[in-house]
Amino acid sequence: MTTTQVSHKVVLHFPPTATGQPVVYTLSREYGLAFNILRASISPQEEGLMVIELSGSEKDYGRATGYLKKIGVRLQPLVQDIRKNDERCTDCGACVGVCPTRALVVERPSMKVTFDPDACVVCGECVPCCPVGAMELQF
Amino acid sequence: MAKTLEEINEKIRSGNVVVVTAEEMVGVVAEKGAKEAAEAVDVVTTGTFGPMCSSGVMMNLGHSRPRMKCGGGQVRLNRVPAYAGLAAVDIFLGATALPDEDPRNAVFPGGFRYGGGHVIEDLVAGRRVLLEGTAYGTDCYPRREVATWLTLQELNECYLFNPRNGYQNYNVAVNRSDRTIYTYMGTLLPRLGSANYCSAGQLSPLLNDPHYRTVGVGTRIFLGGGAGYVVWHGTQHSPSVERTDRGVPKSGAGTLAVLGDLKQMSSRWLRGASFRGYGATLVVGLGVPIPVLDEEIAASTAISDEDIVAPVVDYSKAYPERQSKVMCHVTYAQLKSGAIEVDGKTVPATPLSSYPRAKEIAQTLKDWVADGKLELSAPVANLPGADAKIAPRPMADHPPRG
Repeated sequence: MTTTQVSHKVVLHFPPTATGQPVVYTLSREYGLAFNILRASISPQEEGLMVIELSGSEKDYGRATGYLKKIGVRLQPLVQDIRKNDERCTDCGACVGVCPTRALVVERPSMKVTFDPDACVVCGECVPCCPVGAMELQF
Repeated sequence: MAKTLEEINEKIRSGNVVVVTAEEMVGVVAEKGAKEAAEAVDVVTTGTFGPMCSSGVMMNLGHSRPRMKCGGGQVRLNRVPAYAGLAAVDIFLGATALPDEDPRNAVFPGGFRYGGGHVIEDLVAGRRVLLEGTAYGTDCYPRREVATWLTLQELNECYLFNPRNGYQNYNVAVNRSDRTIYTYMGTLLPRLGSANYCSAGQLSPLLNDPHYRTVGVGTRIFLGGGAGYVVWHGTQHSPSVERTDRGVPKSGAGTLAVLGDLKQMSSRWLRGASFRGYGATLVVGLGVPIPVLDEEIAASTAISDEDIVAPVVDYSKAYPERQSKVMCHVTYAQLKSGAIEVDGKTVPATPLSSYPRAKEIAQTLKDWVADGKLELSAPVANLPGADAKIAPRPMADHPPRG
């Protein structure tokens, strides 16, 4: 029997009761999932939010989501996306300095700005930094 | 052998003119030498496409029935206030103006998503704009209120005016503090996390005519996609700054005041822009043709990014406190490589001025000249040069007695 490998980018919403638990450790240790944390924050009301990529066998992934539900963590597929509007973009480069993952880079020698959606972690920094409104957050 | 401007214009008319961009001229002079290049090439075209806050549009609204004197009253275009301290229906809309209801930096850093620059872009793009005005009413101008949609084509004279544009060289901005700062040079990451620069370097108009030998009052130029003119030296024109051996200013120096018919322009070359935490502005496309009259001009127009240095300035302290501290100088070749060395640290360098667009402007201007659409004009007055010993003064500090 072959096992199907899956990889999902998801948003985890932690209730105050779950923020003290080693959830990511459990996902990795107990369910054998590889993880890549893209963003994490805790709001003033102590609600945690984490954008994470989880990879592993389909079966383990299913068991892991069951565990998350049990401890009250709400799981939501990542549907946000950053898009570069090439009609608006003037290739100035203002976004490049603030992009933490080098998803936005200046190509050389053309000096044109290119965007690699696969390298983007949807941090959103480029959106308000783009002077001409070419970087768009889509839901 | 020296050429005259009239000889070059004659070649433009007969279709025999040789035009290259300032980027191409680097290779031409490297290959042929300045003397031969001066004979082979007639015109070198330049270009730059960067944010310029010192931008605005002068417009005549036309007279309503009954007449209304906006002068001394108030006018707004898409909620953005315009200056109405002129004749009845002449108004001036500045690029950095903001609607009264914009929160500015009350919630820091402000977004400044719509200001004067955006209204200008909307007008040029042919979109309708809401004019609202109030006036006090007179015997000859009785009307006191107006609200109407307008388009650019329905206005009378409408011209873009930059009191300052085409800065000859500029600062490279860094941030030595411990927090992210939001400036007109973009968002600067703390502890020398980023370096932003804003010049087209080797394509920049005044860097190719460092002593203003050919560009002056009356020079016909590319402005916002149409043909415009240099009308004066720009505000803060500072020709006497330190220069390199090749005569290139080592910091911001000369500037141009330029003007052109908005109805000829396009929104590809006039773009409303928002600088987070700083304000609204306008990105303006500018290009200047340089007649290659002699060997010296051929050599000047062959300037390359390796030959141009810019000062690195700390925008967390030195700039806001108006201290003349320069951390170091770097070349545009280093800046364009994507990283510079500052205080022993490698700092990622990113542009704010679009080099691909600057190149496109220089290419467009090259086509205009080659196709006979734009003849060169001799300046009717020169710009003040290094020997004029003029430099911007700081603001006088004479507070009134309380």
